[in-house]
Amino acid sequence: MRAMSRNDLLLFLGFTLVVLAMPLWLQPFGAAYPDLLQRFMIFGIFAVGFNILFGLTGYLSFGHAAFFGVGSYAAVWSFKLLSLDAIPAMLFAIVVSGLFALLIGYVSLRRSGIYFSILTLAFAQMSYNLAYSVLTPITNGETGLQLTLNDPRYLDAAMGSAQAGQPVPTLLGQSLGGFAGFYFCAGFLILAFFIAQRITNSPFGMMLKGIKSNQTRMNYTGFNTKPYTLAAFVISGMYAGLAGALLAVTDPLAGAERMQWTASGEVVLMTILGGAGTLVGPVIGAWLIKYFENIFSAINDTMLHRFWGFLPEGADNVMVAITSKFVGEGWFLTLGLVFVLIVVFLPGGIMEGVRRIAHLFNRQRKSPDRPASQVQPAE
Amino acid sequence: MFEVIFLQFLNGLDKGAAYALIALGLTLVFGTLGVVNFAHGALFMLGAFCAVLFRQLLTLETVTVDPTKLSPWGAPLEVREPLVQAWFGDFGAVLVNYSVPASIIITIPIMLLVGIGLERGIIKHFYKRPHAEQILVTFGLAIVAQELIKSFFGPNPIPQPMPSDLRGAADIGAFLGMQANVITYPIWRLVYFLFSFAIIAGVFAFLQFTTFGMVVRAGMADRETVGLLGINIDRRFTIMFGLAAVVAGMAGVMYTPILPPNYHIGMDFLVLSFVVVVVGGMGSLPGAVAAGFLLGILQSFASMTQVKSLIPGIDQIIIYLVAVVILLVLPRGLFGRRGVMES
Repeated sequence: MRAMSRNDLLLFLGFTLVVLAMPLWLQPFGAAYPDLLQRFMIFGIFAVGFNILFGLTGYLSFGHAAFFGVGSYAAVWSFKLLSLDAIPAMLFAIVVSGLFALLIGYVSLRRSGIYFSILTLAFAQMSYNLAYSVLTPITNGETGLQLTLNDPRYLDAAMGSAQAGQPVPTLLGQSLGGFAGFYFCAGFLILAFFIAQRITNSPFGMMLKGIKSNQTRMNYTGFNTKPYTLAAFVISGMYAGLAGALLAVTDPLAGAERMQWTASGEVVLMTILGGAGTLVGPVIGAWLIKYFENIFSAINDTMLHRFWGFLPEGADNVMVAITSKFVGEGWFLTLGLVFVLIVVFLPGGIMEGVRRIAHLFNRQRKSPDRPASQVQPAE
Repeated sequence: MFEVIFLQFLNGLDKGAAYALIALGLTLVFGTLGVVNFAHGALFMLGAFCAVLFRQLLTLETVTVDPTKLSPWGAPLEVREPLVQAWFGDFGAVLVNYSVPASIIITIPIMLLVGIGLERGIIKHFYKRPHAEQILVTFGLAIVAQELIKSFFGPNPIPQPMPSDLRGAADIGAFLGMQANVITYPIWRLVYFLFSFAIIAGVFAFLQFTTFGMVVRAGMADRETVGLLGINIDRRFTIMFGLAAVVAGMAGVMYTPILPPNYHIGMDFLVLSFVVVVVGGMGSLPGAVAAGFLLGILQSFASMTQVKSLIPGIDQIIIYLVAVVILLVLPRGLFGRRGVMES
């Protein structure tokens, strides 16, 4: 392991600071309430993990929600059977989703390209359909897996720390509601980011990038790429399981719809929107999507009328009618449009946009003394 | 026992026909343009909503109040008369009755326009981009299409009645000289099967026996050479994309009486039809059709109670299971060509 370079350290420290200060700087945006912040953290972890597979190796998995769902189920089962403490639940979820990813990855990674996408999609849909039908004893079908008062909780019972009232997950006896839950998730996001950063900069990460740019050449140079891609797949599956478990910690209810392929599509959207292959990009993509999902879907016609109020009578009604298609229930339309535009014009996502703008500024700074007349074309 | 098996076989045909039609369109697009089109399910859905739109237009009514008569609760009677009936008389009534098959006449131009517009507007910029990006952009387009439909037609399924003459069931067993009333099969599903069979045959004939089809096949084999011969292959491929959209749209139109369309019907079918395409072999038209019917029939057998009691849950996963097994055993699918998508 090499030591972190100065830039990496700065990036990591900056990221930590931004995450921990989120309740402060999101205040003006109306997003600084714990429930949404927890979601920011959880889907950030999910996207960072997905990026380890897709961003580094280029394998586009369309079934990552399966690991997310398995993580949720595993965490809730740990709450039911072992203890209400979050730590065993997280560990259990990571191990179970890692094993699940090992199984699916071992089979799916025999193929690449679109075949790999279809295989992962097929496995995820199988898990989803089974969770709804045959596996109802484990998943509780459509109702979703919930905590009940008469769960055994053997570990808690052995420790003699019985909890009164409705069971809620805790951390070493401390409640995980509200901002405590946010900081719990934030800790995991920072840890997840740190690990992803180390992976990206390690020889292992270089290997994965090599696989992305030319797998055949990697094979010719004598590397067996399979263990590397499988490792990346399992790691990213464990990230997804961790995210799923965190969602179960903040809201102890696991439903099968978390495993549906639309959920897999969502994490793909997040990663692409932010910028696949970059470290910060997927997190930003996840935050943006979750933020706008919350804000846009809450906007209703009254708010639109107030917004367009400056327009003359009649014109504002037209604008309200048009814009109302894009907010509230129709927010997915906006998401789809933005996504298409991003893929068409900015394939590297938001991070590429940032890089381009930075490049623009750098170029201007390098030649500040250029005469203004020279820029203007002759008539 | 034979009757049971035969019945399940028939039951699989209509679903298989839908899979085959969608997969055929997907393969056409992939084979000609080399684009992995995740928006194809959305085209199926758009076709289905062409039928909905057509029926809504047909059933526009005038409401006149007849003061001489009273309705049962004492108010003046409202007389509703569909405009079509007022204008065309009996022909209008027949048209409303047959609205689903009749809506094909608006489906073809609409889907052709949608397909060509989509190809010229967005997809043509993605020929040289990696498959992952093609998947992503078409996935985004699919979201846009389905949300547009949702905002205009609402989130609930809109049932479409089948023509009154084609309701009920046909006694196929008696027709084939077996015991009567053992094998009965809804007429509309039979119609759907025959319809899709006709379309599939039409597409194959078009590719096989016309000059246009010959050029397209040549372009599929070697696009560059055909272009060098002075043929505008891009224009032909654009038309093929439009054609694929029409095939998907027609599959959607005729499926509406079987499954009331809602905005995510396309996505539901898309996942399955991609599995179908991959099982059949990427880029192989006969493979897509064969795999469509094969998976439809397998699914129908898997939902038999006898099979379900033997292997619980098999009906939910059979298609994916078959896909996984086939992909691992026959890497190119059933009829896949060498060198397609193997980079």
